Amino acid sequence: MAATRQLLRLATAGSVDDGKSTLIGRLLLDAKLLLEDTLDALHRAGTNGTPDLAAITDGLRAEREQGITIDVAYRYFTTPRRSFIIADTPGHERYTRNMVTGASTAHLAVILIDARNGIVDQSRRHTAISSLLGIHHLVAAVNKMDLVDWDEARFRQIEAEFSALAHRLGVENARAIPISALHGDNVVERGAAPWYDGPPLLEHLEQVDVATDRGAGPLRLPVQWIIRPEDGGRGARRYAGQMAGGTLRPGDEVVVLPSGARTTVTAIEQLDRRLEAAAPPDSIAVQIADDLDVGRGDTFVGPADQPQGGREIEATLCWMAETPLRAGDRFTLKYTTRTLRATVDSIDALLDVTTLDRVDPPEQLGLNDIARVVLRTSAPVYADPYDHNRTTGAFILVDDHTNDTVAAGLVRSVRPGEAHSHRSPDVTWHESGLDRGERWAALGARGATFWFTGLPASGKSTIGARLERRLVEAGHPAYFLDGDNIRHGLSGDLGFSPGDRRENIRRVAHVARLMADAGVVSIVSLVSPYAADRELARELHEAARLPFIEVFVDTPVEVCEQRDPKGLYARARAGDLKSFTGVSAPYEAPETPEILIRGAEEEADAAVDRLLAELERYKPHD
Amino acid sequence: MSAPEHLHALESEAIHIMREVAAELERPVLMFSGGKDSIVLLRLAEKAFRPGRFPFPVLHVDTGHNFPEVLEYRDRRVAELGERLIVARVQDTIDAGRVHDEWDPRKPGSSRNRLQTVTLLDAIEEHRFDAAFGGARRDEERARAKERVFSFRDELGQWDPRAQRPELWNLYNGRIRRGEHVRVFPISNWTELDVWRYIEQEELELPSIYFAHEREVFTHDGMLLAVSEHVDPGDAERELTSVRYRTVGDMTITGAVRSDAADIATVVTEIAATRVTERGETRADDRTSEAAMEDRKRMGYF
Ligand SMILES: Nc1nc2c(ncn2[C@@H]2O[C@H](COP(=O)(O)OP(=O)(O)O)[C@@H](O)[C@H]2O)c(=O)[nH]1
Repeated sequence: MAATRQLLRLATAGSVDDGKSTLIGRLLLDAKLLLEDTLDALHRAGTNGTPDLAAITDGLRAEREQGITIDVAYRYFTTPRRSFIIADTPGHERYTRNMVTGASTAHLAVILIDARNGIVDQSRRHTAISSLLGIHHLVAAVNKMDLVDWDEARFRQIEAEFSALAHRLGVENARAIPISALHGDNVVERGAAPWYDGPPLLEHLEQVDVATDRGAGPLRLPVQWIIRPEDGGRGARRYAGQMAGGTLRPGDEVVVLPSGARTTVTAIEQLDRRLEAAAPPDSIAVQIADDLDVGRGDTFVGPADQPQGGREIEATLCWMAETPLRAGDRFTLKYTTRTLRATVDSIDALLDVTTLDRVDPPEQLGLNDIARVVLRTSAPVYADPYDHNRTTGAFILVDDHTNDTVAAGLVRSVRPGEAHSHRSPDVTWHESGLDRGERWAALGARGATFWFTGLPASGKSTIGARLERRLVEAGHPAYFLDGDNIRHGLSGDLGFSPGDRRENIRRVAHVARLMADAGVVSIVSLVSPYAADRELARELHEAARLPFIEVFVDTPVEVCEQRDPKGLYARARAGDLKSFTGVSAPYEAPETPEILIRGAEEEADAAVDRLLAELERYKPHD
Repeated sequence: MSAPEHLHALESEAIHIMREVAAELERPVLMFSGGKDSIVLLRLAEKAFRPGRFPFPVLHVDTGHNFPEVLEYRDRRVAELGERLIVARVQDTIDAGRVHDEWDPRKPGSSRNRLQTVTLLDAIEEHRFDAAFGGARRDEERARAKERVFSFRDELGQWDPRAQRPELWNLYNGRIRRGEHVRVFPISNWTELDVWRYIEQEELELPSIYFAHEREVFTHDGMLLAVSEHVDPGDAERELTSVRYRTVGDMTITGAVRSDAADIATVVTEIAATRVTERGETRADDRTSEAAMEDRKRMGYF
């Protein structure tokens, strides 16, 4: 669709007294967008008959008293061509925080520059933040030209400097306009400078083409809400969300992340309308062909262009809280519709907010600091680089004690993630001299570990064994490590106390890792009831950069007890077996397994299909 | 797409906000006044949640001074939707001795407007609501320009301008402590004209008082107030004339505009040409002082 975007969101920024409030007032006044009672109030606030234009944008009383504005304020105006939303961001103590907030949704930024002062640090900061936040259109409003007698040379010098600045920051669409907000030249009407042949500010805002190709790019539809119809007739569940990238049409094949399941979209709806296609910013509801376990936080993507998944996010972070940020701090992270836990692993560099150049990493981040950081998340995230997608590449951090939003994050890349290796202190690892790539190439296979967890008799071994068969039949070396079998030999000396169980898991995890390193797909089937133990197994693999796929076979205990192929539940109920998981010992269900299998509902073969699809995702892309 | 792009973008944003609240908060409620903004909210809720039920009930704070046409509309509309309506009555709050009535029928301009706050907060507490959708827009009043989409209220329902959270992208943070709640304004970014155009586009029915009709009115403090059992004009001159309403509040303080606009298209044309803001024209309560709105917001008003 080539239509121009009729809603333009713009951010305005400037240092105190550059005339930003006057400019916004002038825009509204000259575009005849101020209504009489507002105008009366301005005249009352002004002196001898001239309205106080700056008073239009005055908000809260506390600020009026202090004579400053303290936060982002939103204004609205409409001309016959476009509707505008102005995010007015003042340049005070919390300037970065405010500017980042205002810029996060803007298509264009207007940066106020006082013609007498030219480009100052604050202007560089505003330009840099705009570019960082993905704004591709910048306007330098060179104000107070009346005070420099409309000196063309002065303007050209500022214009050149601004365009060099924008260019260096990678913003291609930047222009400067000489104005006098106070007198109204080149704001709505043309003005005092015959040498200026460009459009006045408003005309530029009405005409600038900010329409990114609607619906271009890879499909992204984060699921927000599941609609469960009440009336049986229209019975199918709908998955509701707002399009965040690409175009979706009925009949399209989609992949659900993180599970990796594939299905087909059968209908796209908005209330009673069926849509032929959907693209950002549509809020829609879709139906799919298969009965899959899709929930809030999952994302529909196209099979061809999937986002990177992993537990390590390399990001640019804008710190917005008074209390400093230190490496090791933990937060709640929200991106798209998904919420998980994240730890700040390292602060790698501070960015100079006027140039975006990297400077040495600080010990901690303070309010308004922007830095490169690495975060580790509690579960794999699937995000795009912010440069590719301003919706799926953005996140916020929330402080768990105050519930405040404390940081804005821009994804640079997502990586599988490394964990701390657990080495025995006095033993060094003997490198065989062969690198893994060579070994795997010789074998024609790639190693990985599937870790099945779940209650006894939940179906782990049935599905695990079938997965082994399918892999081997497809020519892929795989080995099924059954918990019971291992207890016959390697762990024959261990019982079922929590300590012994942990030791058993440690041994199995190491065996699985060695086999995966060798190029085999290890399939571990262990009750492994404690989250911490499973976490250890995961970290072992991640430290060795080997895929670790946690599979939670979630079968209700009543169903397991009914199956009870080895009669264990019966014995536990009778008191014969002490600390039997599900009966007399706890089971800590994984919160965010890579794959969740509802053991009472899903067919084993369907589950295996999903497991194979998940494995596919770990193949290198190129 | 037939709808203007900017309305479509505003609609999509509002639907997104409503779904986020439904997903992240436990007990939301939708505040319905019978006015055009909350009528738009109901439509957006249909778009967000149908063919499922709304994941929240509808709450009306009834001052006892509503236009009868609005009450009739409310009951009919909610029944049509098949959703649950909760009515919280200011009269009950007065009878319980929680507040003193400030309304006196012989004093035009007096109202129960301020008292609604207490009734609303009581209802929120009684039903343990943790999120309340409202139809407020940022363009209504200068003090609202900085209002967030998610506006946090402490246990006393109070709003602290300094303690509001930054809102980045479309990532709303709805986390609250027990006892706190959040007011959510899905149509924050809409202007009055957007609301009218949307009503036109969606062919939404409005209470009849939004269109020109004959009514007995009198002028009080520059506004046209309706003569009713709630307002006694005293010696003021009464006239029977054609008026419509631009906003809907209590009969005691909502001013009418002289108009012959009998359908939406004509109303939209009139609004587009109007030279006075909605609140300035028709709300006695908001004209009292520049900072009136701000004060009431701090106290926990809508
Ligand atoms: N001479 C002149 N003065 C201006 C111009 N624009 C703004 N001012 C004055 O600069 C001062 C600061 O303006 P204001 O809009 O409050 O600045 P803000 O802090 O950026 O919002 C006021 O006294 C304005 O009247 C201009 O174009 N020419």
